[in-house]
Amino acid sequence: MDRDDLLAALARLVPPERLLTRAGALSAYESDGLTAYRARPRAVVLAESADEVIGTVRACHAARVPFMARGSGTSLSGGAVPIEDGIVIALNRMNRVLRFDPEARVAVVEPGVVNLAVTALAVPHGLYYAPDPSSQSVCTIGGNVAFNSGGAHCFRHGMTANHVLGLRVVLGDGTVAVLGGDSLEQAGADVTGLFVGSEGLFGVALEITLRLVARPAVYRTVLAAYDSLQAAGDAVSRIIESGLLPGAMEIMDRLAMDAAEAAVHAGYPTGAAAVLIVECEGDAAQVAEEFEQLLRILSASGVAHTHIAADDEERARIWKGRKSAFSAVGRLSPDFIVQDGVVPRAKLGEALATIEQLSRTHGIRVANVFHAGDGNLHPLILYDGREPGAHDRAEVLAAEILRLCIRLGGSITGEHGVGLEKRAFLGEMYNEVDLDCMRRVRQAMDPHGVANTGKKLGPPSGATASHGLHPLERAGVISRA
Amino acid sequence: MIVQPASIDELAEVVPAHARLRVRGGGSKPALSSPLPGVTTLDLSALTGITEHTPEECVFTALAGTPIAEIERTLAPHRQYLPFDPPLAAAGATLGGTVAAGFNGSCRYRFGGIRDFLIGARVVDGRGRVITSGGKVVKNAAGFLLHQALVGSCGTIGVLAELTFKVFPAAEAHATIGVEVGDVASAVRVVASVQRAGIDLEAIDVVPPKRVWLRLGGFRSALSTRVAILQQAIGPNAMVLYGEDDAAVWRQAADVSWAPAPASLVRVPMTLPVLPALDLCLAPTHAPRRYTIAGNLGLIAWPDTLDTLDTMLRDLGLTGQVLRGAPERPWLGALAPNAFEQRLRTVIDPDGRFAGVPAGR
Repeated sequence: MDRDDLLAALARLVPPERLLTRAGALSAYESDGLTAYRARPRAVVLAESADEVIGTVRACHAARVPFMARGSGTSLSGGAVPIEDGIVIALNRMNRVLRFDPEARVAVVEPGVVNLAVTALAVPHGLYYAPDPSSQSVCTIGGNVAFNSGGAHCFRHGMTANHVLGLRVVLGDGTVAVLGGDSLEQAGADVTGLFVGSEGLFGVALEITLRLVARPAVYRTVLAAYDSLQAAGDAVSRIIESGLLPGAMEIMDRLAMDAAEAAVHAGYPTGAAAVLIVECEGDAAQVAEEFEQLLRILSASGVAHTHIAADDEERARIWKGRKSAFSAVGRLSPDFIVQDGVVPRAKLGEALATIEQLSRTHGIRVANVFHAGDGNLHPLILYDGREPGAHDRAEVLAAEILRLCIRLGGSITGEHGVGLEKRAFLGEMYNEVDLDCMRRVRQAMDPHGVANTGKKLGPPSGATASHGLHPLERAGVISRA
Repeated sequence: MIVQPASIDELAEVVPAHARLRVRGGGSKPALSSPLPGVTTLDLSALTGITEHTPEECVFTALAGTPIAEIERTLAPHRQYLPFDPPLAAAGATLGGTVAAGFNGSCRYRFGGIRDFLIGARVVDGRGRVITSGGKVVKNAAGFLLHQALVGSCGTIGVLAELTFKVFPAAEAHATIGVEVGDVASAVRVVASVQRAGIDLEAIDVVPPKRVWLRLGGFRSALSTRVAILQQAIGPNAMVLYGEDDAAVWRQAADVSWAPAPASLVRVPMTLPVLPALDLCLAPTHAPRRYTIAGNLGLIAWPDTLDTLDTMLRDLGLTGQVLRGAPERPWLGALAPNAFEQRLRTVIDPDGRFAGVPAGR
């Protein structure tokens, strides 16, 4: 099959109103949450069934045309930017819950089901789906699986990989495979865990078996204001050392806090340099004791003042502020880059001090919002894309922050994935033997290299990239807005 | 033939020199590791030691042959523990063997299993290449999570050389509640109801025909209140154990001492709704058994030939993993071929050094 036959093959798979080929209809699919990159696909298939996805993948494999499956397109690493002239498989219409078994504590869902919809389904049974990326009200489970999404509660609950028990997938050559099952315990190699986080490079998840967990009986949430970012970071180290196990520990600096406050009136303290949000969860008696110990640690940590959420409503407001921080920062700056590096938790203070210094040296504002309990930073590098060279300058600073994370023994990404954005840095974190293994695993699952080509591992040619002009940009595959 | 590398470099050298290899750690799960004719035993008991432990980070790295007992001893003074509750430590289980077998203990119910705490590994592939997967920080989405696929792989994909785990703070105190029930069906009802009682439990085990064991962990000062709430949910037939009595119940579970040799020990991943049907099949055989992790894992001490159990599990759509017993037959019951796993194996072990051994599904 050649490229021209492909559209005809797709037209046999889905009715015309679900095969988008006109420029106007395609434009909505040109980019994702990392708006600096965009590419024009040849066509978009609005899939409504697993069979349509399988058929599309097989046709792409036969025609050797790359495809990219996407949900709501909230990726912050360019993972859901289409491949120029490739096919987009839009999965939002595959949003059925196929099975829900509260006794076995599992839900089997299609990839287009929205993260928060799973919890909505489970809550009446005293259960919920724990991973809570900030975009959870719109992002889909399929995308969460592809990028091993995290969220604010990973410190205790882990990432998406820890909550996916089984998968039915179509590999890059159209082969369908069933991985894992319903049980918390696996029989044989835990390949489910390997598929999660593969950024679409192995294929597309068609059915996902999610683990549901008991909803904590009680939450206690405290806001602690500090005069410096470092003091807030040090408090997190104290809490971890003490042996407490809060559900979440998040820090926002003043810039991020002011933006969030202006956007959603979360009740964050004004004037503080940083605020630490700590949340304890569990059964009432246990949490009461844990929270008391937590407050003792906080009061000895040089805290300026603390504020305890009085009720569920206030707790919800605190989290709303935190989760809308990225979009709120849009009020401060027309454009920004979000980085997602991880450092060992004990080196948080050092990392933050260095970022502050880098920000000053480069004369670029950086807002910090991060999952402190995991050492997962989210520096928001603010720039104005209309200013010539501003994006490139921001990317230079972003690169320095990523290298800082590697140097401190961490990772270039905690939860956003490598995507398009951080491909050049994977080789600084892993050596050639490791990368070669990744490429060979990918090739085994997708022999023609059509599944989300160019993401994570880079183009098959192995062209190296510099932070600045993107290699796909240089090659004319993608262009900036 | 037995080879015993004492370093990762030696291990990487040894692997390509042998056509067929079977990995052995402490030998506590002999069906996975006992010698086979024509197969070199790759004994990792000399590849041992904790290479990095940063208590304030709640992370450690150890070579694969490190005994679980040594790791527990190292973590304990820092009030940290392995939340996946690795079994068979007293029998010499190693970290690598536990991961390769994918064998979690009862108390993994609380926070998760090996897959939830393993954050990175160095793996030696069939050509002797040392591959690093994951990292040493608790959150990491770079690269592929190859190390996850080694969990439960029984040494048939690649050789685990070094592992990095995150750990959690240990509970200050524990209590165990033993519930006497009429039969297995009511045991399942107890399991379902205590899961809805709003108290976080460390373990929920069913021991047929009449016992459910529950464990709580947490602050000493809060324990009695929590126990009382649970007792109210359960009713009068509950005894409460503290201190050494509590520890003894879970030591016995971890040692699997209720299933003495020569009976085969079979591990069966399952779910709570399947428990009554499985137990209905097993009860007439009088095979000692225990359902751990709130009905997510059956452990069966099978005294007889494995054929009968194989048929039984297949009929229920369950898979059994033989941990102790005939080494020629590692898997029982329903075995679905898995294209993804097979392809992964061709990448990591292209010459079939590990997969040629009868442990691949």
